[in-house]
Amino acid sequence: MSGKGLFGRIDWLTVFLYAFLVFIGWINIYSTTLSDPNASIFDFSTLYGKQLFFIGLALIGVVFVLFIETNFFERFASIFYIISMFLLLGLFVFGKTIAGATSWYDLGFFNLQPSELAKVATALALAKYLSDIQTDIKNRKHQLYALLIILLPALLILPQPDPGSSLIYFSLFFVLFREGFPLYYLGILLTIVILFATTLMFGTVWVAIGLVILTILIFIFKRKSTKIPILPLVGIIIASVLFSLSVRFVYDNVFEQRHRDRFALWLSLEKDEKKLEEIRKTIGYNTYQSEKAIESGGFFGKGFLEGTRTKGDFVPEQHTDYIFSSVGEEWGFMGTVTVILLFTFFFLRLIYIAERQKNDFSRMFGYGVISILLIHYFINIGMVIGLLPTIGVPLPFFSYGGSGLIFFTMLLFIFLKLDSNRLKDGI
Amino acid sequence: MKKLLLSSIIVMIGFTFIGRLSYLQLFSFSPDQTLEDPAIKAIYDYPERGYVYDRNGELMVGNQPAYDVMFIPREVKPLDTLEFCNLLGIDKPAFIEKLRRARIYSPRLPSVLVPQLSKEDYARLQEKMRHYVGFYIQKRSLRYYTTNSAANVLGYISEVNERDLQNNPYYVAGELKGRTGIEKQYEEILRGRKGVKFIQKDRFNRDIGPYKSGKLDTLPEQGKEIHITLDKKLQEYGERLMNGKRGGIVAIDPKSGEILTMISGPTYDPALLVGRKRSKNYSKLHYDTISKPTWDRSILAEPSPGSPFKTMNALVALQEGVIDPSTKFRCYNGFYVGSQKKGCHCGGGVRDMNSGIYQSCNAYFAGTFRKIYEKYPTTDEGMDVWEKHMKSFGLGGYLGTDIPTGRPGRIPGKAFYDKWYGNGSWASSTIISNAIGQGEVAATPLQLANMTAAIANRGYFYTPHIIKKIGNTGAIDPKYTEPHQTTIDKEHFEPVIKGMANVYKYGTGRWVQIPGIEIAGKTGTVENFVRVNGERMQLTDHSVFVAFAPVENPKIALAVYIENGYYGSRYAGHIASLLIEKYIKGEITRKDLEKRMLEKTLEHEYAKPYSGEPFKINEYVW
Repeated sequence: MSGKGLFGRIDWLTVFLYAFLVFIGWINIYSTTLSDPNASIFDFSTLYGKQLFFIGLALIGVVFVLFIETNFFERFASIFYIISMFLLLGLFVFGKTIAGATSWYDLGFFNLQPSELAKVATALALAKYLSDIQTDIKNRKHQLYALLIILLPALLILPQPDPGSSLIYFSLFFVLFREGFPLYYLGILLTIVILFATTLMFGTVWVAIGLVILTILIFIFKRKSTKIPILPLVGIIIASVLFSLSVRFVYDNVFEQRHRDRFALWLSLEKDEKKLEEIRKTIGYNTYQSEKAIESGGFFGKGFLEGTRTKGDFVPEQHTDYIFSSVGEEWGFMGTVTVILLFTFFFLRLIYIAERQKNDFSRMFGYGVISILLIHYFINIGMVIGLLPTIGVPLPFFSYGGSGLIFFTMLLFIFLKLDSNRLKDGI
Repeated sequence: MKKLLLSSIIVMIGFTFIGRLSYLQLFSFSPDQTLEDPAIKAIYDYPERGYVYDRNGELMVGNQPAYDVMFIPREVKPLDTLEFCNLLGIDKPAFIEKLRRARIYSPRLPSVLVPQLSKEDYARLQEKMRHYVGFYIQKRSLRYYTTNSAANVLGYISEVNERDLQNNPYYVAGELKGRTGIEKQYEEILRGRKGVKFIQKDRFNRDIGPYKSGKLDTLPEQGKEIHITLDKKLQEYGERLMNGKRGGIVAIDPKSGEILTMISGPTYDPALLVGRKRSKNYSKLHYDTISKPTWDRSILAEPSPGSPFKTMNALVALQEGVIDPSTKFRCYNGFYVGSQKKGCHCGGGVRDMNSGIYQSCNAYFAGTFRKIYEKYPTTDEGMDVWEKHMKSFGLGGYLGTDIPTGRPGRIPGKAFYDKWYGNGSWASSTIISNAIGQGEVAATPLQLANMTAAIANRGYFYTPHIIKKIGNTGAIDPKYTEPHQTTIDKEHFEPVIKGMANVYKYGTGRWVQIPGIEIAGKTGTVENFVRVNGERMQLTDHSVFVAFAPVENPKIALAVYIENGYYGSRYAGHIASLLIEKYIKGEITRKDLEKRMLEKTLEHEYAKPYSGEPFKINEYVW
């Protein structure tokens, strides 16, 4: 194996899945942004033409990545991280504001979004820190350092404001969990989310009743031998109820109306048809239109370039964050399920690749890559099909936009480059 | 565990997404959504509603242009509401309410703000409309009548309501739909089919070209004209004769079952139910619960038929072989049921079939009726046979006409009396009133006319109908061209018809003969009661007359029923005679008779029960 050149050692299945996703993405960008059917697809004044150009740039980036010395990424990880943190800081002074968020540097021909760069850098830095032989994940202090690496960029991005990008960094927790970070942190996080949602939907009283019933069920169905510590359990219940009580307070007093509207829409809290109609027209407009567009596709879809809502431009931001609704309308259930399955296989393949790494750094970086791509995919499609509240993150490889496409590609191919070198690492 | 965590999360996300997509794209998806799609706007092209002609090709109903103020709720921009309302002549709360309701119906589809403006209003509004974004004027066509008669037969059209919209996806708010009469019955033929153009729109509601290059667009299909069987002149004349009288008249051409005239009094001008004043006028007509102009007495009133029904009992008795034309009964100025005497006005003496009919002898028919029952071992069996014969004439059931309303009348059978009196506790004496058409039997004027047509044809009839021709060539439903045989053999009709002809020559109808036309007929004088403020009182008898003419080769068979018109030949007989003359001769020779009918009203009779004072009935005042 080691005798083969670089092209023999790269994981072609992943490359193929990647290329296929980019292709489907572009097809849908073409359909959403087409206004003159006679224009050439290479017409760079059109958005689909530009996206084609970005695909070209990304390929150049790929070649670049593949020919760099493998050690380069590990060796300079800390420096990348520090540079990108400075770039994020620099935004407060030199940033360009687009659509209310100061997230870009204006490079003349290109708007650079450093938070995209920081994703790559943070994944590298985290992998580097954790793979250091001196780092012990069980050590509280080291856990804290790892958390800092993740949270620093998130905190710098939050005030741009870009809560969506900020949220992405939390996905890197999966790297920690993979490396032995205690899983009950995940349990606590999940409990908080569930308590938050159920309190808003049913109220504290019902949440309390539910908790008591749950406890009783645990006692009924536990194995005879298992002993359940009573005191901590009661403590957990009381803590949960207190949290539940505070949720209502925070929701009513700390959240702003626009936040409340988003949650109201997400959790179907609003029953008044008139107010619902109002929400659909304002904050929920995108979600409503996108759901309707997907729904109208049915099983077979309306056909390529035949989507009436796509053509009529009914779904705002359809070529960027809402690109998946175009898949839904024009390609129907067949199309959407194909895309979901492609992504699922793509991620599982990446996990398989990550797990076969002999080098800790490569595996940890691999997990970082998967976590970042996965959370984009989860939040984006979840939002477009109305399962999650509106959080503006792009769909990897699909959404229109240069920074996104190029950095997602770099992220993936740095990992593939590391993988292509895995056999040498053993030596 | 920690290695599998992320893989299982990925798979779970996949399942969740596919689940949600199944819900959206498979479960919530509805295939026919072109009209629901906000990206597609439908523009309609309305064909003209078909014209209606009478049997002689004379126009009865045409069209006139009208203008509706329409709006599309989501396109409405803030406006000077007060000024706009003043301009349209509506008040502000009503305006706001209309906007609200329209938004509930659909924010994207057009709704009507003010229907059917006059030409003058239209001209005044037209230039100002552009100030009000989201509002526009749509041209429609309204009905135009060349006659002021036949309102109930022709029916009216009105705007579709929310229920129509739910029940029939064809209709869009603001469209018109036939509500009653032939407008309802032949709605789809008269209406035609609107054409539609689909336009692709963007989310700012701008047209961006035809949807699917116009592949789904359709051209309007013209509404077809129809010819109906009414004779416009006869109808108008009949309605003039009904001046100030309540009742129903139906005349049929016995050779085809075509309804020549169908009159209900009092009537109204069909033009009242057109245009902006429609709903006001409609309320006025609809809530007139005393004279009930919208209640079509020719097909909805079910009085006892009275003496004309005697001819039916004669036919049944002949068919059953229980009498022959020379069988005689003695009249003691009445007859006995048990120990109770019932009166007769025929003058008494020995009666055979001929004089029994033309003198309308009650005793003769009570005897005849008894004989029908006595033939069978039990009254039940006799009853069933009698009922079967009656029903073969279209009595006691719906006739199946193409008039979208009607009543079945009543031929009381065994089941009816069992229910009324309890099983077996009734006998032939209970039902003897049916012998003279006075008991529980009931028939609409249409049924009486049809019965007369069957007698005129000597044993068969065609289902009465109003449609003559659809379009230029269109054939009508074949069920109107198939004869229905009655259960009475042809030869039994002649003696009965002879008696009916003598009604005019020597009998109860001799005052209304027409020179040169031989008529067969039968008078009827029907006792009737009414309940006013809970008090049952007897009113002046209803005047009933059935007739056909000429006796040989009949051209017209009719039934006239005049509420509280006293005895049969008085109002009903006069009107029947005038209508027959008008139809056959085309002109009236007996001007004094005509003058009397045109001038005399029965308003004084109708006012009696409401006067609050005691009153006399059956007064002889010409």
